[in-house]
Amino acid sequence: MDNILSIVTFIPAFAAGLMALLLRGEDAAAQRNAKWIALLATSITFLVSLAIYLDFDPANTGFQFVEEAEWIFGLKYKMGVDGISVLFVMLTTFVMPLTILASWNVTTRVKEYMVAFLLLETLMLGVFMALDLVLFYLFFEAGLIPMFLIIGIWGGKERIYASFKFFLYTFFGSVLMLVAMVAMYADAGTTDIETLLTHSFSAASFDVLGVHIVGGMQTLMFLAFFASFAVKMPMWPVHTWLPDAHVQAPTAGSVVLAAILLKMGGYGFLRFSLPMFPVGADVMTDLILWMSAIAVVYTSLVAMVQEDMKKLIAYSSVAHMGFVTMGIFAANQQGIDGAIFQMLSHGFISAALFLCVGVIYDRMHTRDIDAYGGLVIRMPAYALVFMFFTMGNVGLPGTSGFVGEFLTLMGTFQKNTWVAAVAATGVIFSAGYALWLFRRVVFGDLIKESLKTIKDMDARERFIFAPLVVMTILLGVYPSLVTDIIGPSTEALISNFNQSLAAADTASATQIASH
Amino acid sequence: MIQADLSIVLPEIVLALYAMVALLAAVYTGKDKLASTLVWVTGGLMVALAVWIATGGNGSQEAFGGMFVDDGFSRFAKVVILVAAAAVMIMGQDYMSRRGMLPFEYPILIALSAVGMMVMVSAGDLMALYMGLELQSLALYVVASLRRDSVKSTEAGLKYFVLGALSSGLLLYGASLVYGFAGTTKFAGIIQVAEHGHMSLGMLFGLVFLISGMAFKVSAVPFHMWTPDVYEGSPTPVTAFFATAPKVAAMGLFARVLHDAFGGAIVDWQQVIVVLSVLSMFLGAVAAIGQRDIKRLMAFSSIAHMGYALIGLAAGTEAGVSAMLVYLAIYVTMNVGTFSFILMLEKDGKPVTDIDALNQFASREPGKALAVLVLMFSLAGVPPMLGFFAKLGVWQAGVDAGLMGLVIASAVASVIGAFYYLRIVFYMYFGASEGEVEAKGSPVLTLGLMASAALMLIGVVYQFGIDGAAAAAAATLVN
Repeated sequence: MDNILSIVTFIPAFAAGLMALLLRGEDAAAQRNAKWIALLATSITFLVSLAIYLDFDPANTGFQFVEEAEWIFGLKYKMGVDGISVLFVMLTTFVMPLTILASWNVTTRVKEYMVAFLLLETLMLGVFMALDLVLFYLFFEAGLIPMFLIIGIWGGKERIYASFKFFLYTFFGSVLMLVAMVAMYADAGTTDIETLLTHSFSAASFDVLGVHIVGGMQTLMFLAFFASFAVKMPMWPVHTWLPDAHVQAPTAGSVVLAAILLKMGGYGFLRFSLPMFPVGADVMTDLILWMSAIAVVYTSLVAMVQEDMKKLIAYSSVAHMGFVTMGIFAANQQGIDGAIFQMLSHGFISAALFLCVGVIYDRMHTRDIDAYGGLVIRMPAYALVFMFFTMGNVGLPGTSGFVGEFLTLMGTFQKNTWVAAVAATGVIFSAGYALWLFRRVVFGDLIKESLKTIKDMDARERFIFAPLVVMTILLGVYPSLVTDIIGPSTEALISNFNQSLAAADTASATQIASH
Repeated sequence: MIQADLSIVLPEIVLALYAMVALLAAVYTGKDKLASTLVWVTGGLMVALAVWIATGGNGSQEAFGGMFVDDGFSRFAKVVILVAAAAVMIMGQDYMSRRGMLPFEYPILIALSAVGMMVMVSAGDLMALYMGLELQSLALYVVASLRRDSVKSTEAGLKYFVLGALSSGLLLYGASLVYGFAGTTKFAGIIQVAEHGHMSLGMLFGLVFLISGMAFKVSAVPFHMWTPDVYEGSPTPVTAFFATAPKVAAMGLFARVLHDAFGGAIVDWQQVIVVLSVLSMFLGAVAAIGQRDIKRLMAFSSIAHMGYALIGLAAGTEAGVSAMLVYLAIYVTMNVGTFSFILMLEKDGKPVTDIDALNQFASREPGKALAVLVLMFSLAGVPPMLGFFAKLGVWQAGVDAGLMGLVIASAVASVIGAFYYLRIVFYMYFGASEGEVEAKGSPVLTLGLMASAALMLIGVVYQFGIDGAAAAAAATLVN
């Protein structure tokens, strides 16, 4: 199995192609076939991807399962995973079958819907595996197309606005990154990520239009990549597309968005920004840490006043991603381990929360918090699941949410105590909005006439939540499952980062001395 | 000597002779009844010539004392021009003959303008340049006003003619200045005089006037005013033609003059091209946002695309010219597909160009809608479509040449431009009300649409050696 990564990546696309070409008609049978093919394809992808997980050697900090081939325009097709990316691959293959299951009730254009999700899976997997700049960009950017269609075709009332905002926001960030990639190619003469990781870009300061740029080329490239990843993450203040996109997207779309697409930003920071532009990252660290702290507090406060359940969870996602950026740019072992952990954990928890909203949305067709209340009386199982993930979102010890928040805060504390102190208040706020949401939706008296006949979760819905519950607890009580795999890679990343910084310091010291 | 010269220009002679013979044949026999046949015959001949040029020629040869140059660059451009012209002409045949607007002169005029374009990209002398340009333009003025009974079409032809005459004037004036200061009209002679730092003011003026005249032909801002009106007013098959082959020819001519005649003064013309490029990209992107008519929209789209192609020219390097050629080839392919689609749109037998009419097109014609979706994302430059690689190529050349600011500006413009391509997708897929437009038309149109969309996707894996050919072509031009 020399090319297992390509196999895993392209199984969904292959299934999508088959479906698009062979499946005809819009009748019930065709719809059922589309769903089953999609479920089968994503499940097979997951099973095959387990082989990557089992064969993966955590002690090896380099790239594994590397594949290389010639591509067009002198570019290279190169794939590989290391400790940082392998778990994101697993997260993607794990979540996708659940999203397909969650879409079982879709009735309009089912075939296209499933094709879009399958293509999206291929593109997301490609992002985490690509080891060539252009290949990475291709996957990163192409993912916008199916997501644009998913929001635009199967979304809610304001879907047009949301889909355009989503596309143009992220497209703008990405093209700046592409320009930086072209500049990197001009500088290093290669688009190979493995080689670029060892290439040191010039960090000599210079002036552009009268502005003194500390860190020179590295800072500019860092900013270009930052434009893309910060939007994708999303970081305050460029997060505003996310609540719109989340609210308008169909449930499965929200799940993919929250669980996987947002992680591309964090992954990008770890793969490109920190190791390739250490000086640029160092220059920007304080700003980013404070932006993260503001994100945590501000979006938590905004979440409190939301009337729409999905919007509330979307803002809470932004807050949780604030912890991630904080951890990444703390640039120490706890911080980065915590950031990756937080991303994985958020992948499970936020996915589950959006699914929770989906469960009652399917029944009542509204996401207004005020439209609910007292659900525990009719839906005890649902109340239990919802409570579990609310606690996970709050960061209750024993759930995976706790480990991520704790590690990132610990890492940040070592770097910048004040930022950590401010961000820690966000933990309290998150308890505030999450518990209040739960109280308003689930507890209280069941007075609404429309809710009197609501039914509890059926077998399919329970089946979707089961693996998410297991993962949340498993990671919560046994975090080594993650940290053992990412540890060596992050350690190598940090030591390279510190070495490059030290080298740059000496270089600039000699530069000053020679003047 | 003469025989050797003639053998070099043989493809042009064949096409020109064919046009005259066809004219006589049509006049003395069935007139317009022959038109449809003539379209197919002309198209077939053009494709045959393209194959001949692509496989036959090698090396660089000059004819008539350097007035006419046959090299890799001109061959690449000619192949693209001939194939594009043939494809677009054949696409329009059904559309025009069903509406009784296919005169037998149409294929003949297209063939003559193709001869003009071939001379343009092969020009080695200011005289040859002007001859080719005028031959092409005069034929185009006539086809723009092909519908004599339509006010809009007549207006389009007249506008094009008046403004085109103005641009020819500018170009001629520039040429005369250059001749006056260089003492020769041959590019090979001009390049020895036109060196950066040693250029006389008059020469510089001449250069700027020449550039203005050529910028008009590629419809680069601020010489673009005619484009939207002519695109909208002309019959759609003619619009499709304007958007493809003449653009390639004009860009080819642009590159030819700037590198062959003024290759020593890159610094002097680079800034002008940069300004043209930036303005075109931004105006094309911004002005298209408000358009409701898909032909006008494509006019602004073509303005923006010429702006991107100009980045390759502005780079002033071999890689730049190569990227520009690749860009043009991909651009032409995308436009062939898009115009096939536009030609199909009709309601009760009448052509429709309003984009509102596309509402919910995807639910009626899923296959065609998907192809258009691919083309739109490709035009917007979103990967994995081939349009993205076209942009990547010119950006790489731009960054290598140190034009970072230009590349960043074009990145911003491409985001603005993405909006209106998305809007077409939006109408087809998300539209609320049911539009009434039908996508009818001959199988040729469906083939054009599907093939060009498929190429946009296949291109990610295999490109039919186009980049190698373009690089070889650029190598013969830039030295």
